[in-house]
Amino acid sequence: MVFMPIVEKYRSKVQEVVLGATRAQGGTRDFTVTVGGEAALPFLHYEGQIPHRPLIGMEIWDTAPADWPACFAPYFADSFRDPAVWAQRCVSGYGADLVVLHLKSADPDLLDTSPEHCAAVVSKVLNAVGCPLVVLGCGKPEKDNLVLPAVAEAAAGENLLLGLAEQNNYKSLTAAAIVYKHTLIAQSPIDINICKQLNILITEMNLPAGRIVIDPTTAALGYGLEYGYSIMERVRIGALQGDAMLSMPMIGNIGAEVWRTREATAPAEENPGWGEQHDRGILWEATTAAALLQAGLDIVVLRHPEAVRLIRQNITELMGGRGV
Amino acid sequence: MGLTGLEIYKLLPKTNTGDCGFPTCLAFAMAVAAGKINQEKCPHLSPEARETLEAAAAPPMRLVRIGPEQTPVLVGNETELFRHDKRFNNQCAIAVEVADTEDMPAFLQDFSALTFERVGQRYSVDLAALRCTSGDAGRFREAAVLLRNSAGKPLVLISEDVSIMAAALPVLVGDRPLLCAATPQNYRDMTELAQKNGCPLVVRAKSLTELSDLTEKIVRLGHRELLLDSGSRETAAVLADLTQLRRAAVRKRYQPFAYPAMAFASATEPLAEIVQSIVFLSKYASLIVLKARQPAQVLPLLTWRANLYSDPQKPIQVEPKVVAVGAVSPASPVYVTTNFSLTFFIVESEVANSKIPAYILPVNTEGTSVLTSWAAGKLTGAAIYKALQENGLESRVNHKTLVLPGYVAVLSGSTQEATGWKVLVGPREASGIAKFARENFR
Repeated sequence: MVFMPIVEKYRSKVQEVVLGATRAQGGTRDFTVTVGGEAALPFLHYEGQIPHRPLIGMEIWDTAPADWPACFAPYFADSFRDPAVWAQRCVSGYGADLVVLHLKSADPDLLDTSPEHCAAVVSKVLNAVGCPLVVLGCGKPEKDNLVLPAVAEAAAGENLLLGLAEQNNYKSLTAAAIVYKHTLIAQSPIDINICKQLNILITEMNLPAGRIVIDPTTAALGYGLEYGYSIMERVRIGALQGDAMLSMPMIGNIGAEVWRTREATAPAEENPGWGEQHDRGILWEATTAAALLQAGLDIVVLRHPEAVRLIRQNITELMGGRGV
Repeated sequence: MGLTGLEIYKLLPKTNTGDCGFPTCLAFAMAVAAGKINQEKCPHLSPEARETLEAAAAPPMRLVRIGPEQTPVLVGNETELFRHDKRFNNQCAIAVEVADTEDMPAFLQDFSALTFERVGQRYSVDLAALRCTSGDAGRFREAAVLLRNSAGKPLVLISEDVSIMAAALPVLVGDRPLLCAATPQNYRDMTELAQKNGCPLVVRAKSLTELSDLTEKIVRLGHRELLLDSGSRETAAVLADLTQLRRAAVRKRYQPFAYPAMAFASATEPLAEIVQSIVFLSKYASLIVLKARQPAQVLPLLTWRANLYSDPQKPIQVEPKVVAVGAVSPASPVYVTTNFSLTFFIVESEVANSKIPAYILPVNTEGTSVLTSWAAGKLTGAAIYKALQENGLESRVNHKTLVLPGYVAVLSGSTQEATGWKVLVGPREASGIAKFARENFR
């Protein structure tokens, strides 16, 4: 018998989404990046065009994190207190494609900083780096509904990737994204139907599908990663089969999930059988990311510079594909 | 049977002789398709039709046994491309490689530490792989004996030199190591050696076309305990080949590829080897050979394996029933959380980590997390009261204090009112449970 490679034919492809805006486009970024556009399952280059490699975003906070494990100190201890310095370190020191700024200080139970303060932090980080910026609220919907529109206005025209829009709380953020020309993260709780529904609701408000990035929600390795993995696989298959409301690129907030698990953080003394924390923590994050890349993840958000290095290498290897 | 009744009918003589016991060939075809009768009942079947029907009746991927008859490692028998369609069957085997020129006692010491306890499950690597780099048959045999006696796992023997392989096998009678590998150059002798010793065999080629050709030749020699190695070593090429092999087996029932496929991690750095292996594990390897052997490196790989091969039908909710963690007593604390699996698992893991036995009460929030269920009005004082009652907590413990997740501290008052229990506000994140438990329950 002669083996004939099996090449799937798909009806459609993933939506391309541009992040950031240069001066000519109304922003201040040195460059924009494009994500999505895949016409095949992850890294199967013989099956269809994969025009853009997945991007790596590095997560920073606008306040020094009290609960990040000690293994981050050698990389960031001197920059934790200044998000502008922290952002620069991620980009020029560790090669992040994107900076993901988490406005933690706005949390009413933390510092409860004002929307104006948050907008000023965003401007400061925009001044510090030339790459496109992702901005996440504090996670408390009532507060974020005050903070994120203020951020959107202050950074008008920058085409930030703003989040999070959720099924029960998407209107004010969507309106802000439309008025001030930003792109939106639509988050659904590991549920493909809600994922689709939310995209319908947002596009019905007239934000184009090409300005939405899906966050299907991910869990860390060992804590239900397989659920997120399967949802992402199904979303991607849906996109390739022509479901426009599942066709947006996907983002995964991996670092935040991984670095609260015991497997990533516990010192060797606590569980001697698990080995040294150093490699274990880095690999817990890199493994979670590598698995989700195989499910179709387009933007990987990480914390540890060594995990960033490993995943960059992995993406480079996977983008260097050949035919069969 | 992968064929429909009509497809089978086309292969039959269509003479309606009735010799099979059915009035017409079509009726017979329908019965074969339904699995009610074997195609052999038709005495007039052409050889080509027989071959096609046999191929269709065979499982899409063969189950291969590596190691002793009593305690083999099983690989293969996969029927799916995506875990959301149906559970994957046999976990990808992980083999840790050592060269016969390396320090064997050091390897054995590392190898013996690659069994893990995590969330009440036991994870372990499956095979020890010995590569002949010495070119010395005596040394290879000596190392193989050492591994056989001390590794406690079945072996993979890696050498394309038949004489070296032949020298090692007499001391491994009954161990059924996986022989790696038969190539277009050595396949006659290597296959004969595998058959004589009852060993499974890796078929290795330089392309899928060559692999297809070589597998057919080896099957024609009568050996079917095979694993496939396309020869690719670069990450993207291995992913492409493993995907083709799985699709060919499952979608096309392509007979030369109806065997489990394997991959070798090729990165030089152990951490990069693990990341590369995550690709191969996710996309279709049934056996991975790697060199990384520190516990901190291997545990993430084995954890993803356990996750990936879990049952996708398992709901994302846990049963809203009280769970005892550790050796509980009537004085043990009671933690309230929701029945969202991911929330529950992380709380369970952290309560176990606190080393202070406790009850966890997952309130039925229809599988939503603490904040979501609170926002949706599913996690309320009344819901907690109902959960306490339904699980008979009052008779299990001799106190009336419960721990509420820190994120829903606002529920303290209403919970106290609704339940009559005293409320302790716990940490927001499960990672704070150990510290919280030490401070409150020691």
